[in-house]
This record gives sequence, C-alpha cells and structure tokens, in this order.
Amino acid sequence: MSNHSDDSNQSSKPKRRDFLNILLGGGFVVWLGALFFPVFKYLEPPVVEEVKVSNVKIGAVEDMEKDSGKIIKFGNKPVIVIRKQTGEYIAFGGVCTHLDCIVQYRKDYGQIYCACHNGRYDLNGRVASGPPPAPLTKYGVTIKDNEVIIYQEST
Amino acid sequence: MENGKKNKSKVFKWLDERYNLSGLIDFAKKKSVPKFRETIWYYFGGVALLLFVVQVISGILLLMYYKGTEDLAFESVYFISTKVSFGWLIRSVHSWSANLMVLSVFIHMFSVYFLKGFRKPRELTWYTGIGLLAISMAFGFSGYLLPWNELAFFATKVGTDIVGEVPLVGEPILKLLRGGEDVTGATLSRFFGFHVAIFPGIFVILLTLHLLMIQRQGIAEPEDYKNLPANEKKTIPFFPNFAMRELLIWLIVINILAILAVFFPWELGTKADAFSSAPVGIKPEWYFLFMFQVFKFLPGEILFLPGEFVGIVLFGIGILLWAIVPVWDRKTSKGGKNTILTYFGIFVIIFIIVFTILGFILD
Repeated sequence: MSNHSDDSNQSSKPKRRDFLNILLGGGFVVWLGALFFPVFKYLEPPVVEEVKVSNVKIGAVEDMEKDSGKIIKFGNKPVIVIRKQTGEYIAFGGVCTHLDCIVQYRKDYGQIYCACHNGRYDLNGRVASGPPPAPLTKYGVTIKDNEVIIYQEST
Repeated sequence: MENGKKNKSKVFKWLDERYNLSGLIDFAKKKSVPKFRETIWYYFGGVALLLFVVQVISGILLLMYYKGTEDLAFESVYFISTKVSFGWLIRSVHSWSANLMVLSVFIHMFSVYFLKGFRKPRELTWYTGIGLLAISMAFGFSGYLLPWNELAFFATKVGTDIVGEVPLVGEPILKLLRGGEDVTGATLSRFFGFHVAIFPGIFVILLTLHLLMIQRQGIAEPEDYKNLPANEKKTIPFFPNFAMRELLIWLIVINILAILAVFFPWELGTKADAFSSAPVGIKPEWYFLFMFQVFKFLPGEILFLPGEFVGIVLFGIGILLWAIVPVWDRKTSKGGKNTILTYFGIFVIIFIIVFTILGFILD
C-alpha cells in the first residue's frame, strides 16, 4: 500500500509542477509579447498622407534647352524630363530600377544614365546596358498654351 | 621586487585590503605572449581598441555641435568644419580614425583566421569578433550619412536598398532602417540614433565579452608553435614587454592618424538633395567598394533571377561561411593542418583586393 501511494505521489507531483511551469512560461511569453508589441509597432513608421499629384507644370516649352534633361519634383517622387534634340519632350520616373539611385540624362551617350552602377536606359526608358532589371516608368507629357505639363499615365 | 613591496603606498594597501589588487598583479605577471615569426599580428586587436577609444572621444566632441536633422545636419557639420576652433581637426580625426579602425579590425580578423586562433576553445571569441566587425562597418555606414551630403545620401539609398532585396525580412527591415519608404530626414534621425546610442552600447558589451574571454583563456598559440618542445617555446611577458611594444605601436598609429587628419582633411561635399541625379563617379567607402564593384558587373538577370538578388545571396553565403568557420573547420580543431582553409582565405583576400582596385580605377 505504501508503495502504491508513493508511486501515485511521484507521478502526480511532476504533473502539477509541469502544469505550473507551462502556466508560468506561457504567462511569461505573453508578458514579453505585451512588452515588445508596442515597441515593434512604435518602430514602424506611420504612413503619412501623401498629397496626390496627377500633373506638374514645369514651365514654357523654350525654357529647357534641346538635348538636355533635368530632375523635377512630381509630388514626392523624382521624375526625369528630357528634351530631345528634335525638341520633343519625354519623361520617366527618375529612380533607377537597380538600387534606388536617381538617374540623369547624358548628352554624350544620348541615353539615360545611372552613376551608381553604370546602368543605362534608352530614350524609351528601356534598359540599354548595365545592371538595371526593369525599364523606367513612363510619364506622359502634353503641351498646353506653350506650357509643358508632366502627368502620370493611367495604367 | 621585495623593496617595491615594502614601499607600497598607504593607498595601495587600503585598496589591496578591500579589492585584492595583489591577486590581479599576480595574474598580470603570469600573462605572456608567444614569440615567433608572426608575433606582429598580435598587436592589431590592440590598435583597433585604441582607435575605438579615439572614436568615442572625438565622437562625443562632435556631438557638442552636431544637429541630427534634415535641415540642420549639413549646416552643423559645415559650422564645425569652418567656424568651431579645431572643428575641422576633430571631424577629420573622427573620419580618418573610423577608416583606420575598420582597417585594423580587418587585419586583426585575417590574422586570427590564418593563425587559426578561432579553433576550439576560442570559438566564442571569434563570434564576438565577427559581431564587432559587423558593428564597426555598421558604425561606418551610419556615420557616413550624418553629414547629409550628396554622396552619403546615395550611398545610403543603395545600401539600404540592398538590404530590402533580402527575401522575406528585407522589406520590413528596409522600412525600419529608413523610417519610411525612402531615404529622408527620418532616416537621418534613425541613423543618428543607431550611431550614437545603439551601436556603441552593443559594441561595448561585445568588446567586454571579447576581452574577458581572452583574459580567461590566455592568448591563442598557432599550431606550429604549440607543437614545439617546451624549451623552444619563446614567450614575451605581457607586462611590461608586450604592453610597451603595443604602446609604441599606438604612438605610431596616433602619428599616422594625425598626419592623415591634418594633411588630408575630410571633405564635406554638397548638401544632399532628394531631387538631383546621382553624381558621376560616385563611390562608397573603400571597405564597401569591392561589393559595390561586383554589383556593377552583375547583369540585370542571372538565370531568370534579378542580378542584384543573386549577388546578395552569394555574398550572404560567403559572409556566413566566413563567420562560422569554427563549425566547418573540422581538421584544424583536431590539430591537423587545413590547407583548404588557408587557400580559401587567400582567395578571399585576393578577391577583395582585385575588386577594390577595380573599384578605384574604373569609372
């Protein structure tokens, strides 16, 4: 009889302890979660409401020289505007698709060039050479009352 | 010595009674360093330590005037460089010392690698060292942005964009680092926080562990030296012989630092502008140059995968292999020579040197 009661004691004791351990351990994990959740959420930057820009006026047609390019602000995005030798205006997203640098127009190449890793795009925005994995986004250009307007093409 | 003990001051006795200084001194007396052909490499950890101290001091001095916001960062560094007495010097020392520190950490790491100082029982010393190297480079990367100039702006765009390419975790880490989608004033604030609070904290903890483990286990002996008969093992006492030599090297390093800082003051460049093209000829700091150059050579697509993605994965695997060398180096831990290990190390050094040179000379 005494043996029997010993056995039951041994098997029931660890069980109770296990239960308490799980309870305590689980509680600890939950506590850690409650502690770190606000911290992680805090580190995540809040989304700032962006002013939606659908078009930007960049000035009169003759303001830009032929065979030149410049970066303009399109909302909070850089856009490259190029006036070709023919006088025609074209525009693309100014951020290189490779590693996020801002591109420029190179007269000597007649191409769009990224100085960070020698990426080159032709004047249709397609990759001509170098590491960029994708073409530049095309922006629309219209001329109204002799004023150049850049707009986002609806996709 | 007997005489010395008798003459010990009251202050010493007071302290000794309470903190057992004699025990510490006995320990220091027993410390020794193996003397052989490669002993010179044992000094570079100490050089890195000295330069870290220089960084802390010059960094605190810069903090007196620096302002970590988008509108004022560039202006405040300009103010330090032009108006504050010796401001240019402090800034130049901080920049040069950072570069020399990264260089000595690299030399220290390669010497430990080739002398196989990472093998059992010193694996944890190696891992903490890898951590210290990583944070040294993170210090360099974050500090580089703080003047908020054009070069730094694009370097940060590229560097963080690479992090963003890492599968799964990349995107959230990118946002965490940048404080948003793009590199903006929010990124500057975060990098400033990393650079002056988070990194120094982690660095000091790792450094303390690193040094404690070395004290506890004694300095590593390379295989060839270890196998010498006891009477042929030459050693130098740590105090004062080794310490004095280290001091001499520190003095030389401080002189080199002073010459560089005075005669080649660090440039400031032009203020960052989120709406200007990346300047032609832009390059990162020299210790990132070899990776940068590899990314220039990678084509847009490799086997249907984006080229830069393949590059990141390959670099990731290479760096991981390097970091966990105590795990896969089975031979050396059993006392045998592992020549593959040496060849791998030589290959890595040649790779780094070749691509660094290409990075300097190519457009």
